[in-house]
Amino acid sequence: MEHYTMNLNLKVWKQKDQHAKGSFKMYRVENISSEMSFLEMFDVLNEQLITAGEDPIAFDHDCREGICGMCSMYINGKPHGPWQANTTCQLHMRAFQNEDTIVVEPWRANAFPVIKDLMVDRSAFDRIIQAGGYISVNTGNAVDGNAILIDKDNADNSFAAAMCIGCGACVAACKNSSAMLFVSAKVSHLALLPQGGPERHNRVINMITQMDKEGFGSCTNTGACEAACPKEISLTNIARLNNEYLKVSVVAEK
Amino acid sequence: MTWKQVFTSSVGKKLVMGLTGIFLILFLVVHAGLNACIWADDGGVMFNRAANFMGSNIVPRILEIGLFIFIFLHIIQGYVLEAGNRSKRKVGYAIAYGNRGSKWYSRSMAILGTILLLFFIVHWKQFWIPSRFTGMEEVTLPNGLQVHNLYALMRETFSQLWVVIFYVICCISLGYHLAHGFQSAFKTLGVHNKRYQQMLSSFGYGFAIVIPAIFALMPISFYFHLIS
Amino acid sequence: MLESKIPAGTLEHKWTDYKGHCKLVNPANKRKLEIIVVGTGLAGASAAASLGELGYKVKAFCFQDSPRRAHSIAAQGGINAAKNYQNDGDSTFRLFYDTVKGGDYRSREANVYRLAEVSSNIIDQCVAQGVPFAREYGGVLSNRSFGGVQVQRTFYAAGQTGQQLLIGAYQALERQVALGNVKMYTRHEMQEIVIIDGKARGIIARDLISGKLERHFGHAVLLCSGGYGNVFYLSTNAMGSNVTAAWKAHKNGALFGNPCFTQIHPTCIPVTGDHQSKLTLMSESLRNDGRIWVPKQKGDTRKASQIPEEERDYYLERRYPAFGNLVPRDVASRAAKERCDEGYGVGSSRQAVYLDFSAAFERYGATEASITGIGNPSKEQIVALGKQVVKEKYGNLFDMYEKITGENPYEVPMRIYPAVHYTMGGLWVDYELMTTVKGLYALGEANFSDHGANRLGASALMQGLADGYFVIPYTIGNYLADEIYNKPISTDHEAFQTAEKMVRERLESLMNINGTQTVESFHKRLGKIMWNKCGMARNANGLQQAITEIQQLKKEFWSDLKIPGSINELNTELDKAGRVADFIELGELMCIDALNRNESCGGHFREEYQTPDGEALRDDANYMYVAAWEYKGDHYWELHKEPLQYDVIKPTQRNYK
Repeated sequence: MEHYTMNLNLKVWKQKDQHAKGSFKMYRVENISSEMSFLEMFDVLNEQLITAGEDPIAFDHDCREGICGMCSMYINGKPHGPWQANTTCQLHMRAFQNEDTIVVEPWRANAFPVIKDLMVDRSAFDRIIQAGGYISVNTGNAVDGNAILIDKDNADNSFAAAMCIGCGACVAACKNSSAMLFVSAKVSHLALLPQGGPERHNRVINMITQMDKEGFGSCTNTGACEAACPKEISLTNIARLNNEYLKVSVVAEK
Repeated sequence: MTWKQVFTSSVGKKLVMGLTGIFLILFLVVHAGLNACIWADDGGVMFNRAANFMGSNIVPRILEIGLFIFIFLHIIQGYVLEAGNRSKRKVGYAIAYGNRGSKWYSRSMAILGTILLLFFIVHWKQFWIPSRFTGMEEVTLPNGLQVHNLYALMRETFSQLWVVIFYVICCISLGYHLAHGFQSAFKTLGVHNKRYQQMLSSFGYGFAIVIPAIFALMPISFYFHLIS
Repeated sequence: MLESKIPAGTLEHKWTDYKGHCKLVNPANKRKLEIIVVGTGLAGASAAASLGELGYKVKAFCFQDSPRRAHSIAAQGGINAAKNYQNDGDSTFRLFYDTVKGGDYRSREANVYRLAEVSSNIIDQCVAQGVPFAREYGGVLSNRSFGGVQVQRTFYAAGQTGQQLLIGAYQALERQVALGNVKMYTRHEMQEIVIIDGKARGIIARDLISGKLERHFGHAVLLCSGGYGNVFYLSTNAMGSNVTAAWKAHKNGALFGNPCFTQIHPTCIPVTGDHQSKLTLMSESLRNDGRIWVPKQKGDTRKASQIPEEERDYYLERRYPAFGNLVPRDVASRAAKERCDEGYGVGSSRQAVYLDFSAAFERYGATEASITGIGNPSKEQIVALGKQVVKEKYGNLFDMYEKITGENPYEVPMRIYPAVHYTMGGLWVDYELMTTVKGLYALGEANFSDHGANRLGASALMQGLADGYFVIPYTIGNYLADEIYNKPISTDHEAFQTAEKMVRERLESLMNINGTQTVESFHKRLGKIMWNKCGMARNANGLQQAITEIQQLKKEFWSDLKIPGSINELNTELDKAGRVADFIELGELMCIDALNRNESCGGHFREEYQTPDGEALRDDANYMYVAAWEYKGDHYWELHKEPLQYDVIKPTQRNYK
C-alpha cells in the first residue's frame, strides 16, 4: 500500500454548549499521512489549535477500535464517514485525497442534544434500556448454562442483534430520527433467547413507550439506518420488533 | 396494553398505515381488474355492466364505505406521522445522507402520497361524483338494463391531452408509492422471516410496476384510439 | 501492616467457610447503607447491579457517556470457566493451577482458587442474563482452547466476548437504575477520595460537562476503574482509561501492589508513525494458525512474497520447538522484540514481524479439497479453498486489519508487534478485596490480586465478573454489618470540604501553569520513557535513568503545561491533564518497583536476570512476595512485603522448549 500525505480543509460544527447557537468553522490541516486514522487527524488539528491558543474541537471517542460506540461524527453527509460497516475511529485518512474539503457535523436529532461541538447526549438510549432492555434475573438465580438448550440459529441471530454498539448512527442517518433499529436490536437480542421469553411482552411495550417519550421519530422502513450501521444490524430486526408488538397488542389481557 | 396505547404509539400508528395500505392495495387489484374490461373491445358493454354491478350491489357499496374510511385514515395518519417525524430534527444537516442510505422514493412517501391525493380529488370529480350524485348519461345494455355510460365518460375525458398526461404522472407516483409501500407494509406487520421478506419484496416491485402500468394504459388507450 | 485475611482451613474450603461465617446485613438495614462504585466495566457494573439487587443504595460513576462503553467491551477472545463441558479433564483445581503457573507464581493461592471456584457460576449467570454465547448445533454452549492451556474451557461470543458480557452486566445495572436501587452518574470522574476517621466515606467527583465538583457520601467505596496501561501512552487501552481513581486512593493510604507487572501482548498492529494515538490488538487466537517469521538476512527490504522459504526465520518454532508459535504472551513478545532489536524487523518502521497464514491456507485448503471431493486440485484451488476456511474463522479480524493498514492480509502476511495490553499490578487488596484503607475496595483490573506476574488469556473477564457478581456481595457485608450503627455523614462535613478544596486547588494550579506544551506532548514523552526503559525488557541502569527523566518530566509538566479553556465548562484537555499528572507519578513508582525486583518473572523481564539462552530467571528465595508500596510523599515510597506462601502448588521453572 502506497502512503501519501495530504493537506485538507475541514468544515467543522462548533457549538459552545447545549444552549448556544452553533455554526460551522473552517480549519486547515497540513501534512496528514494517509496512514492516520480520522480521529488522529483531529488530534493533529487540536494540538495545532491548542498551541495557537484556540479552543480545541470537542468530540466523543474512547476505545478507538470500533467497539465502544462512543465516537459519533457525521462526515460528508454520512454517519461515521464514507466507509461501509465502519465507525469514525476506524476510518482512515486514505479514504481522502489532497485538498479535499471534509464537512463534519454532530449527530442531529432532538433526542440527541449537542453538548459541545461534535459531542451529543445519548442518554436517551440508556433510558430506553432501563425501560425493559434486560432480563430480570438477580445474581445467583441462574440455572446451569447448559440446562436450557438454545437453537444455534436463534443464538446466532440473537448475537447478530446484540452486536449493536449503541452509537446512535441509526438515529443520525434516519430522516425521522427514529431509534427503531437500536430498540429492535435489543428486543430481538432478548426475544430470540428462551431466557428472555417471560418478559418479552412487557419489554416491547415499555421500550417503545420510552422511545416515543424520548422524542425519536417513527420508522418508515427506508433502510438508511441499516446502511449506516457500523455493525450491519439488519432491518429484519425492526420487522421482528413490529411482530412482537403486534402480537402483544392482539393478545394483551386488558 | 389498552387499544388507545396500541394506536397512539409510534409502532401502532405505523400499523394503521400498513393495514390500511394493504386494504388499498387490494382495492387497486379490484379496480384495475374491473377497468380492464374496457379492453374487451365491445364498445364498453362489459365495462359498464361491471361498473353498474359495483355501484348497485349492496356488498361493494358497504365495502366502499370501508374504503373511504381507510383512505382517509391512511391520508390523515400519513400526514400526522410525516409532520411528527419532521419535527424530530430541529437542526438539520448541511449535507444530506441522501440516496447513499436509502431510496429517494422511500423518503418521499408523503410527497408521492400528496400527488395521489390530488389525483383522487380530480378522479372523483371526473367519475365518481357524476356517477354517484350529480347524474350522468345513461345507456341501455343488450340485456335491457339501463346503466350509467361510464365508458363514454372515460372516452370523453381521456380525449384531452392534459388529463392523459396528468393521469400518467399520477400512475408513476403510484408506482413509486407502491414500490416502497408494499414491502414496508409487510415489514410493519411484522413479517421478518427472510424467505417471505424476499418473496414479498420481489412481488412488491412487480406489483408496483404492473398495476400502475395497467392504469396508465387506460387513458393512453383512449387517447390514441387503441380501442374502438 | 499487610493483613491478607486469608481464611484458615484447606484451600478447597476457604471460600465456603468464609461465606458460612461472614457477617450479614439484614434487608432493612441494607436500605440504609450507601455504596459508591467508581467505574462501570465488568467489575463495576456487575458489582453495582448485584449490590443494588441486594438492596443497598448504590451510586455508580463512569467518565463515559454510558456505562456500556467501559473498556471491558473491547475484550475479544473469551472467558474461562472450569465447567468441564468438554469432558477433557478440566476442574476447579486445574483452572486454579494453570492460572497460578501462568502468573509465574506471583499470585495468592487462596484468591486464585476462589476465582476458579466461582468461574462456573459466572457462565450460568451470564447465560441467564441473555449473553448470546456461541453454541453448538445441539444447543449446548461451545468452547475453544486458548492461551496455551491443555483443556477447552474458554466460552466466547465470536470475537466480541467482552462486549457481550459487558452488555449483560450493563443491562443488569440499568435494571437496578430503573428500580431506583442504583443512581447512575455518567460523564463524571472521581477526583478525590474522602476519608473520615480512617474509613473511606465518599468521593469528590467532577461533572465533566459542567466542570462542577460534587460531593458524594458512601459507607463504602468500590474502585472498579480498570488498569493503567495508558501510562505507556500507546497501548490497547481506550483513550480515556486512566489510573486517577486508584492513584487518589493510593495517595490517601491505599498500598499499590506490584506496579511493574505489565502484560505486553504479542500480536498487535504495529505503530505507523508519531501520529499514532492507540494500538489495536489482533486476537491471540490468530497464533493458532499463523506462523511468525522474519527474514534471515538483516535489514532485508524485499517484499514478503519475494523472500524464499529457506531465507525465512521462523524464530519461535526455532527457539521453542515444543510450543512453537503458541508460547505464552510474555515469551512471544520478548522474542519479537529481540529479533527487531537485532535488525531483522520488517515493514517501513522495521519494528514488526510477519504473522503469515499461507501455511494455514494450504493446510485447510487440502482438507477442504478432500472433503469436497476435488481430485488432484491445483495449488491455486487449494489456497482459494483455504482462504475461505480462514475467513470463516477470523474474517472480522482480517477485515479490521485491512481497515487499519490498508493491506489485504489474505494476500500479504500481517505485520505485528507487541503492545501494552493489561496491567497485573494494581491496588493491594486483601482476601475481601479491601485495600489498606478501611471501607475502600478495589475490584477487577484495578486490584493486583489474581494474575501474578502474567495473566492468561480469557482470565481478565473472569476475574472482573467474579469480583463483582460473586465476591464483593459477600465480603462487603462483613464490613458493612458494623456500619449499620453509623448514619450517613453529611457532605458538609469538614473532610468533604477539605477534599473538595484540594481538588479545586489542584485544578486551578493546572490551569494556572499557562505554559507552552500540550498535555498530549507530555503524555507521549512519558510513554516513550516507559516503553523504552520499563517496557518489555528492563535493566537497572535504564530504570534509574527513567526515574530521573520522569522526575524531570514532572517538573516540566507542572511548569510548562498549556491548557485552553476554563475549569467550569466541558474541557477535555483539563480532564486529560489530571490523568497525565497521575500517570507521571505512577510511572516513577513502576520504575522503582521494577528496579527493586531483581529477578525476571512473567511480564517483568530484567535483562540482568536471564538464563544463558535468554529465558526469564526467577528468584523465589528473595522475591516470592507481593511488593506493596506505601506513598510517603513526593517521589518517596515505602515498600511492604506480603510473602507468598504456596501450600498446594510447588513452584517450578516454566519451560516451553
